[in-house]
Amino acid sequence: MKSYLRPYVLRLVLIWLAAMIGIGASITLPLISEQVIDGPVLHGDQGALLPLGLVALGVGAVEAFMIFFRRWVQIKPVLGLETAIRDDLYEHLQRLPMGFHGDWQSGQLLSRATTDLSTIRRFLGFGMLFLVMNILQLITVTVLLLNKYWPLGLLVAASAVPIVVVSLRFEKRYIRISRQVQDQQGDLATLVEESAIGIRTIKAFGRRHHVFDNYDEAALKVYGSSLDKVRLSAKFFAFLGLIPNVTLALVLLLGSLAVGSGSLTLGGLVAFTTLMLQLVWPIASLGHILAMAQEAMTSADRVMEVMDTVPAIESGDRTIDTPRGHLRFEGVGFSFPGSDEPVLHDVWLDVRPGETVAIVGATGSGKTTLTALVPRLIDPTEGRITIDGQDVRDLTLPALRSVVATAFEEPTLFSMSVRENLTLGRLDATEEELAAAIQTAQAMFVYDLPWGLDTRIGEQGLSLSGGQRQRLALARAVLSKPRILVLDDTLSALDVETEALVEEALRHVLREATGIVVAHRASTVLLADKVALLRDGTITHVGRHNELLAEVPEYRELLAQDADFDPSEGALR
Amino acid sequence: MTTATTTWRGVASEEQDELPEKVSVLLRARSRRLLGDLLSPYKKSIAWLTTVIVISNAAGLAIPYLVKVGIDEGIPPMLHGGGPATMLTVVGVILAAAVTQAVTRQAFLRLSGRIGQSILLELRRRVFDHFQRLSLSFHEKYTSGRVISRLTSDVEAIAELLQAGFDGLVTAVLTMIGTAVLLLVLDVHLGLVALVPLPILLLFTRWFRRQSAIVYRRTRETVALVIVHFVESMTGIRAVQAFRREPRNQEIFKELNDGYRGANASSMQLIAVFMPGIKLIGNITVGGVLIYGAYLAFNQEVTVGVLAAFLLYLRQFYEPMQEISQFYNTLQSAGAALEKLSGVLEEEPDVPEPRDPQPLPQGRARGKVRFEDVRFAYVEEMPILPNLDLTIPAGQSVALVGATGAGKTTLAKLISRFYDPTGGRVLLDGVDLRTLDEPTLRQAVVMVTQENFLFSGTVADNIRFGRPEATERQIREAAKAIGAHDFISALPEGYDTEVGKRGGRMSAGQRQLVAFARAFLADPAVLILDEATSSLDVPSERLVQRALRTILADRTALIIAHRLSTVEIADRVLVMDRGEIVEDGPPDQLIAASGRFAGLHQAWLDSLS
Repeated sequence: MKSYLRPYVLRLVLIWLAAMIGIGASITLPLISEQVIDGPVLHGDQGALLPLGLVALGVGAVEAFMIFFRRWVQIKPVLGLETAIRDDLYEHLQRLPMGFHGDWQSGQLLSRATTDLSTIRRFLGFGMLFLVMNILQLITVTVLLLNKYWPLGLLVAASAVPIVVVSLRFEKRYIRISRQVQDQQGDLATLVEESAIGIRTIKAFGRRHHVFDNYDEAALKVYGSSLDKVRLSAKFFAFLGLIPNVTLALVLLLGSLAVGSGSLTLGGLVAFTTLMLQLVWPIASLGHILAMAQEAMTSADRVMEVMDTVPAIESGDRTIDTPRGHLRFEGVGFSFPGSDEPVLHDVWLDVRPGETVAIVGATGSGKTTLTALVPRLIDPTEGRITIDGQDVRDLTLPALRSVVATAFEEPTLFSMSVRENLTLGRLDATEEELAAAIQTAQAMFVYDLPWGLDTRIGEQGLSLSGGQRQRLALARAVLSKPRILVLDDTLSALDVETEALVEEALRHVLREATGIVVAHRASTVLLADKVALLRDGTITHVGRHNELLAEVPEYRELLAQDADFDPSEGALR
Repeated sequence: MTTATTTWRGVASEEQDELPEKVSVLLRARSRRLLGDLLSPYKKSIAWLTTVIVISNAAGLAIPYLVKVGIDEGIPPMLHGGGPATMLTVVGVILAAAVTQAVTRQAFLRLSGRIGQSILLELRRRVFDHFQRLSLSFHEKYTSGRVISRLTSDVEAIAELLQAGFDGLVTAVLTMIGTAVLLLVLDVHLGLVALVPLPILLLFTRWFRRQSAIVYRRTRETVALVIVHFVESMTGIRAVQAFRREPRNQEIFKELNDGYRGANASSMQLIAVFMPGIKLIGNITVGGVLIYGAYLAFNQEVTVGVLAAFLLYLRQFYEPMQEISQFYNTLQSAGAALEKLSGVLEEEPDVPEPRDPQPLPQGRARGKVRFEDVRFAYVEEMPILPNLDLTIPAGQSVALVGATGAGKTTLAKLISRFYDPTGGRVLLDGVDLRTLDEPTLRQAVVMVTQENFLFSGTVADNIRFGRPEATERQIREAAKAIGAHDFISALPEGYDTEVGKRGGRMSAGQRQLVAFARAFLADPAVLILDEATSSLDVPSERLVQRALRTILADRTALIIAHRLSTVEIADRVLVMDRGEIVEDGPPDQLIAASGRFAGLHQAWLDSLS
């Protein structure tokens, strides 16, 4: 935190200075009123009136200017700090590996980057300053009052005690109940989300009333807790108004007695009442500001929790100048942290440069994990993976990931132009290369979009069908011209005709690169030179499609669609 | 850097729910109507509320006045040897006023809070229910993201106003008016002097409100960009890392983050000018009143008490102004939210419930489906189905085959009445679908698509969604019939396993099997499968196909699939092309002939070899 504030030391000093002068001015004003009443008014000293009045105006102007100055000067450090932390947080999050992101929902990360940072900003820009200023003002005014007429001063000081005590208790309960409301609103939001995304299912089964009842139940919970919150704050704010007024009445009573006995002047009494009212706000807000401090601490902890996470996947320091694309899995195993069951174990596979291997296996056999190991989205827990004889962990991440490109089954598109989505891995691609990649992936539909390649797609743009998304992801992978191309069941959402066209084009691409193709369908398997059968986390057979089909019953089970389906279609066997 | 500044986002049509260009506190007619409608059950309570708040403010405002009375009337007798009787009375009255204010204020806060929360609840119910009523075509245009933000952030913007703004606003306005009146009553001359800056104050506040509307809009827009980019980077981190996108992302993020900083800076600058500005006007007024008041007091025209009361009141007069302006943003975003919500509530469902629902003959559906001269178009000039006549007898399994865009899915959506035809009629057992009420129709027709949505809850809950009154046994039976029982039993807690957010803990194939079990449990007379098996791997698909024979045995079925394996269990195949049925017959007959289906079938066989 300190290093973020260092550039702004001078400004911070100025802010504090301005704050002090401002307080001084605001305390002086009632004192001048006292002078005016006791001097010119009561003693007929008209000559002193104008100078005193002008002083009052001057002090008032100074107070206002100091507020302006303080607020203006603090903008830069406060926002600079927030922005710098947010940039760093984002940078750090981009470095953290898949394992981390799998555990953390993006919503939780977002709330750290927005809500928590704003909480910290508000405390630094407002809370911290006011905390000190309020305490300062409290002490000065109380000393002033005690000095002026100590019994009354004591009374005013004593009246602060119940307010601070009650405020603190209130804030604690208020935060608790607010959290409860927040949680319940979160549950409500989940139901809303499901009702919106699952609208087809709800409509298909006509379950509108069922869904509404669930929602209503959750909404009633929010309603109930919100009412508790209302009741709590109603009580508190009424109390907060009551104490100063009661004190005012007592000050008036005792003050008038004092004026009667001559130990206090009339002007003194007037000043006393105005000064006393000046204390109401600082005292009442103390509880609020303390709670804010507490929240800022929690927020800082939450941000640091992420910032302190060390990236589990560190970049190596070697590069490959002219990669050939010889990929080897040497006794590779992987298990998720805290799990005894390995997802992969003892995987041996040798893919020679230019060769393409299809990975075939039942759902849950570890195919996707296997593909994620190559670009080091995760690291194996046993064994090693080498490219051209180098352990991938020894390579720098940029070097490794420019050798390997992956097209995922569930393609990720960003709210950006088509072009930006495609050139994700290669910003410097030429128009010709772009056109060729689009052609290979049969994604020519992009030219028909309203603004062609400049059309915004993804979450915040034009929505595309599953097949269109997959073709874009494929074009993206092809465009980055990798030595090793990994296709994780990339064609599953395409219709038969498009699939055939894409496969034809892919054949050319794969002729030049080393390929790993995860496949569910016989047609995709045919892209490969050989097939590896993945079963229960390890590779049990490697061979040509026809060989495996003939010799390995499990393989037949997985790929021969109609193996035992319709005997009349004997041609299949 | 230059490319990063402009082009990366690409072009999209304008968002429909941006903040209105001209932000106005005055709402449009439909928002006012909604507001009036929501408030109408609380007329009595609102009358109460008004009484209570007026009393509360009167009591609060009386106190400085009473201090003045105390100084002017109570002190002189004491100075001249009289008893403190007057003073005691005044102090007693102050205490009474203080207690009255506290009690009424609490009552006000509770009552207004309750009304506010009830309105919020009602609003939530209405909007949610309305969204659920609106047809699929609406949802497809509107997108789920906007539905979610209507029901979360927009409702919360209104909640925020009710919670924080409303009370402050009412109190502030009443205090200002009350104070102004009191000042004039206390002393007309001094009161007028005290109110001289008022026009300046109002002009200043108006300037602030305008500027703040602009700045607020900018802040919302810039933060939205930061959030979208952040969330997409995190959810798509796999692609980001795999394609070495980090440096470029950082560049874009930095830029967006700076934009947000800039907007925040403008907002803080504005407040840095406004707050001390109000303070300055207030302080100058106090100074002016002090000089003029002292002058008047000197000439015995006002009492010291009046002067003291003025100084106290003036503080109360200027502080609310800051408060009102601070709530302006809250008020503005609540106004915009109400605007959007009232817009949604005015949408009419394209597929309305019948006013006078007809029953099915014999009380329950048999499953005969008929299309009579059906025409359907999303856009008038480009009909998807130009003129379709088709009868599917009860119990028949029909496979629909054809290229993308041939109209297969449209046909399915018409049978399940997600859309109504633009011409002609769709009949179930001889009854027009438009005259069937929702429960009857949905019990008779169920559609399973490839988006097999799972709700949070257990596996059993998700299967039960098909028939909420089903017993545990029936759920298991349904899962067994589909072939999902084995994998469900193997889950950590069997049928009671939580499926996780949107079924995230299951594979696509497993989710699909659960969706099938759900449809089977619902036991409809007409079952539509739209590409329902495409996300299954071969063993699961084979499992489902075996199950399908049982499931389809005694019901009407419409199957859309581009993997032709599914087609073979059908009694009849329809080949569609540009909205028309070009081939119609049993599968083996069509294969034997040399039409399109025979060609497709051969291509498919080739793809398997």
